[in-house]
Amino acid sequence: MANAHNLQDLQHQAALASKVYVQRDYNSGTICRFQTKFPSELESRVDRQQFEETMQTLNNLYAEAEKIGGKSYLEGCLACMTAYTIFLCMETHYEKVLKKIARFIKEQNEKIYAPLGLLLTDPIERGLRVVEITIFEDRSISSGR
Amino acid sequence: MLQLGVAEPMRECEYSQISTRSSTPMETPYKKRTPKKRKWQAFPGRNKFYCNGRIMMARQTGVFYLTLVLILITSGLFFTFDCPFLSVQLTPAIPVIGGVLFVFVLGTLFRTSFSDPGVLPRATPDEAADLERQIDVANGSSSGYRPPPRTKEVVINGQTVKLKYCFTCKIFRPPRASHCSLCDNCVERFDHHCPWVGNCVGKRNYRFFYMFILSLSFLTIFIFAFVITHVILRSHRQGFLNALKDTPASVLEVVVCFFSVWSIVGLSGFHTYLISSNQTTNEDIKGSWSSKRGKDNYNPYSHGNIFTNCCAALCGPLPPSLIDRRGFVQSDTPQPTPPTNGITMYGSTQSQSHMAAATPLMQSEPVILTDEASLPGRTSLGGPCSGALPLGGQPTPPTSTPNLSCDNGMLPTRNDHSEAHHHFLTPEEAPSPPGMLPCGSPLGHSHTIQGFYNPASQDSLHEDSVRGLVKLSSV
Repeated sequence: MANAHNLQDLQHQAALASKVYVQRDYNSGTICRFQTKFPSELESRVDRQQFEETMQTLNNLYAEAEKIGGKSYLEGCLACMTAYTIFLCMETHYEKVLKKIARFIKEQNEKIYAPLGLLLTDPIERGLRVVEITIFEDRSISSGR
Repeated sequence: MLQLGVAEPMRECEYSQISTRSSTPMETPYKKRTPKKRKWQAFPGRNKFYCNGRIMMARQTGVFYLTLVLILITSGLFFTFDCPFLSVQLTPAIPVIGGVLFVFVLGTLFRTSFSDPGVLPRATPDEAADLERQIDVANGSSSGYRPPPRTKEVVINGQTVKLKYCFTCKIFRPPRASHCSLCDNCVERFDHHCPWVGNCVGKRNYRFFYMFILSLSFLTIFIFAFVITHVILRSHRQGFLNALKDTPASVLEVVVCFFSVWSIVGLSGFHTYLISSNQTTNEDIKGSWSSKRGKDNYNPYSHGNIFTNCCAALCGPLPPSLIDRRGFVQSDTPQPTPPTNGITMYGSTQSQSHMAAATPLMQSEPVILTDEASLPGRTSLGGPCSGALPLGGQPTPPTSTPNLSCDNGMLPTRNDHSEAHHHFLTPEEAPSPPGMLPCGSPLGHSHTIQGFYNPASQDSLHEDSVRGLVKLSSV
């Protein structure tokens, strides 16, 4: 029986995929934040609270990336003094957090969303505009996982 | 970014290749039908890429070369003719400090010109369709005819900000983002398009731009002061005219520096003000946050005090590039939005872009300008532009100071020409704010103008020569 984990099987079974987009929330300014409003298309798929928790953690991670504080100033000054050549050997704080976010999304997909037939796409691949959620519907399974 | 087909997310779910940037895992051998292209090769905006996608600039780079040449020549003359005398007579620290300033100027110039200013990638077709659907629902879908410009209102820190929909990029622009008609991209925290650095100035390269003009101010003043000192010292011994005969280069340097100082120092001062109040050139010119608009009008992005604003702008975290230039294009995935300004549209869009040159005001009204070159034929500008313009490039906008347009003019004739062209331009520019005359530099100029009439061959020739030039001096 086709397990939702085995997505290549899903492909062969002519899976339908539709996409839901969670847009950016600009109410706090230009910082990167996504709306935590639960999309109606996911009503039957995933627990509301679980989803909102995922989004909130994501938002917190982005806030951490863009945080302006002592550490970021230090990094900025150091970079300026070395004429930005330091970034040839070192990653910026933002990039480090982006990697963390990628790991987080992968983990969430593995543990929570893939079993439900959903897939979260890392927002960085959409230019930080949207969180794209792909809904897979397996035709061979009536309830659509 | 690119559309991920159905198969793509499945591959991602194999959990071995989700990466921070690249959306193109390489392990899809069964998908390879055509040779892999890099994303910069399929980039929909009007940018030029060099060094296999590492360097990104605007299409018109002639003026940038002019800037570079001026800086190199003036500094070169200074180090060759004035420094030997000064280091002996005064102190060897002079060439050292000059050297440090010079290196810093060039470094920041290259960083500003070559980096991604904060371009927002265009929406994937699925995203665009989803947005359209939402908008139709909101408007009570009317079939066929396009409803009036779409806006969303958002309250930021107590101020109502309108988010505009960009028809080219098919996204709602984030606050402070604007669409640059010259580069045909939406840029985050768009400041202005600067022909002198050959790139837009936006979120990711604003600090480099600021440090460039600041260090260039210091360099210009430094050279100016010491060249004058040199001439005076020599005059004490030999008399003024003989001194000049001995160091003819000094005359050129003084002239160049004298005229540059006003514009560059003025521009630095203006941008210092902008940074301390956390505004963009765009917002300042439009008076978006000026108290004249209303008693309760204030800048919602400001951190409250000058120090924090400065620190945030100059030392804040550097966001990564959102466009993955060097990643590979998935051969089976459709591109987000087909390039609307390919070479075939050179003629019409060129006119539009010529209009739009350095003015932030233009960029902020993309609904009027974006794809739709609504401006009257600009070809007529070709004539008067030739030769003179690049200097100033900017006919002074009638209501604002020269500083408002990235005015690093280092050549003496700027003011004259700006007068001459001012009247010619203003009425034609009425639909849009007057801006830099786009005619590029003497270097690129003939190519530009001819490109106007014969886009394909001239532009590719120009492009080849430029590539050659850049590769020679490339990073």
